[in-house]
Amino acid sequence: MATKFENPIVRWIDHRLPIFSFMHHELHEYPTPKNLNYWWNFGSLAGIALVIMLVTGITLAMHYTPHVDHAFNSVERIMRDVNYGWLIRYIHMNGASFFFIVVYIHIFRGLYFGSYKAPRELLWMLGVVIMLLMMATAFMGYVLPWGQMSFWGATVITNLFSAIPVIGESVVTWLWGGFSVDNATLNRFFALHYLLPFVIVGVVVLHLVALHRFGSNNPLGVDVKSPKDQIPFHPYYTIKDAFGLGVFLIVFSAFVFFAPNFLGHPDNYIPADPLVTPAHIVPEWYFLPFYAILRAIPDKLGGVLLMFGSIAVLFILPWLDRSPVRSGQFRPIFKIFFWILVIDVVALTYLGAKPAEGWYVFFSRIATAYYFAHFLVILPLLSVFETPRQLPKSISEPVIGGGGGFAGATAARRENDR
Amino acid sequence: MADTHQGETRRDFLYVATATVGAVGAACVAWPFIDQMNPAADVLALATIEFDTATVAEGMAVTVKWRGKPVFVRHRTAAEIEEAAAVPLSDLPDPQADAARALKPEVLVLVGVCTHLGCVPLGQKPADPKGEFGGWFCPCHGSHYDTSGRIRKGPAPRNLEIPAYEYVSDSVVRIG
Repeated sequence: MATKFENPIVRWIDHRLPIFSFMHHELHEYPTPKNLNYWWNFGSLAGIALVIMLVTGITLAMHYTPHVDHAFNSVERIMRDVNYGWLIRYIHMNGASFFFIVVYIHIFRGLYFGSYKAPRELLWMLGVVIMLLMMATAFMGYVLPWGQMSFWGATVITNLFSAIPVIGESVVTWLWGGFSVDNATLNRFFALHYLLPFVIVGVVVLHLVALHRFGSNNPLGVDVKSPKDQIPFHPYYTIKDAFGLGVFLIVFSAFVFFAPNFLGHPDNYIPADPLVTPAHIVPEWYFLPFYAILRAIPDKLGGVLLMFGSIAVLFILPWLDRSPVRSGQFRPIFKIFFWILVIDVVALTYLGAKPAEGWYVFFSRIATAYYFAHFLVILPLLSVFETPRQLPKSISEPVIGGGGGFAGATAARRENDR
Repeated sequence: MADTHQGETRRDFLYVATATVGAVGAACVAWPFIDQMNPAADVLALATIEFDTATVAEGMAVTVKWRGKPVFVRHRTAAEIEEAAAVPLSDLPDPQADAARALKPEVLVLVGVCTHLGCVPLGQKPADPKGEFGGWFCPCHGSHYDTSGRIRKGPAPRNLEIPAYEYVSDSVVRIG
């Protein structure tokens, strides 16, 4: 509450409702490790992607009709008749893909630099919750245009629950509100698709509270030793995040304006037909690794369990990797296995898009087995057998040598040079 | 120190330039999200309708829908036209001659929305109350309109609106 504001109205409000002090504390002076690299941009980018999805989603909902007879046509009306409807829908469609790109990079950043380790276990677990909510939201959103892929995607994914022993069929009927995916299903999916993003916002707030408890991890993975290891969030990271945002928006705009349907599937521009299944059903690209795991297992229940297990394993990751060294930079063997995992997940993405036959099934099984082996076998063993490299004493040491005592001095000299 | 002063000016310029570009960018992004709430192309396409006034017998009235609003088409009797024409303009809260309110005196075309707060006045059906001046009566807050659709008594500030319309043949009008 020590913050002083010049504007008397701000001061009057802040004395009664310390909202300005709060923002100053968390967004301005918030001390952040001074060595964050560009991989740390993806957290704020994910937040911005969420806002883009909320704004475009709420405007789309003003024109969309959640009814089996009108849904497809109302989306076409948005594309043709609503002012800038094409733009808003293309931003929303591609925004979903880019939200997942950003979040997946954010997750791999955390995996490489050990951001899930103590004391940030809950921060990590909340992130996994956000990813699960995103998946549910994206899946239900894809159903809303009521094209062929919407309908059959909804049918296939809801049928996953029929793998549950004994009560499976009843659960699926309950999810559908009928005996097939129909109007009741579409209506509830629309209601939940509108609700879940706000639940995500709530969990993101918890994610940020947990983050600000100990502050960001950093590329060296060593704890902040003194204030000289840190710089205020504003202007140093606001400007770095803003630059990254600019680059992100250029790439995003390239897709929205020049290849808006590149990441989608043309079959979804055919109205849903409950009597004809398209020859080749694939989910959106961001579900492909999980879809590959589902199809790799020749048993219905086993496939479903492993698919959900591939995310569940992330929840317990902080207790699988017991190595006290956070950053992969100082773990020579871990580093190799990390990149093999990246290749493995890319391979699963590729295999998920291919038909489930021949060699594709064989390689899907290898890749699935490796995915689980990485988390359940390799990481626990590495924690015991790997010899990490010598850690620097502080964040400042690798840059200027010593304990960081000269950080202030160099800053002062720069001041003089100006 | 003169050097320092110059540096400040350049920095100020950068701040202003950045803020300006940011503000223009924000406005460009905001516009599609504002404009999407304006009438869409399919709504604008319904902004004109055609109606054959020959289907309305003398003394009768028909309500047609235009832009989601009722339009009153009334085939007036000679007595009604005479009554409307005879009113001195000084008696009217919103003075307008009857001759200026209809392309053909016997066919009166009005937007059937009370100029007070938007209710639909009664008077189209033979059994409806037509108010003290034989035209229309708004039940919401008691506005009385005469046989020319002009406000005569009650809270409404203006006469019933005449939509833009024209005769495309002897009896067919295009409204809008």
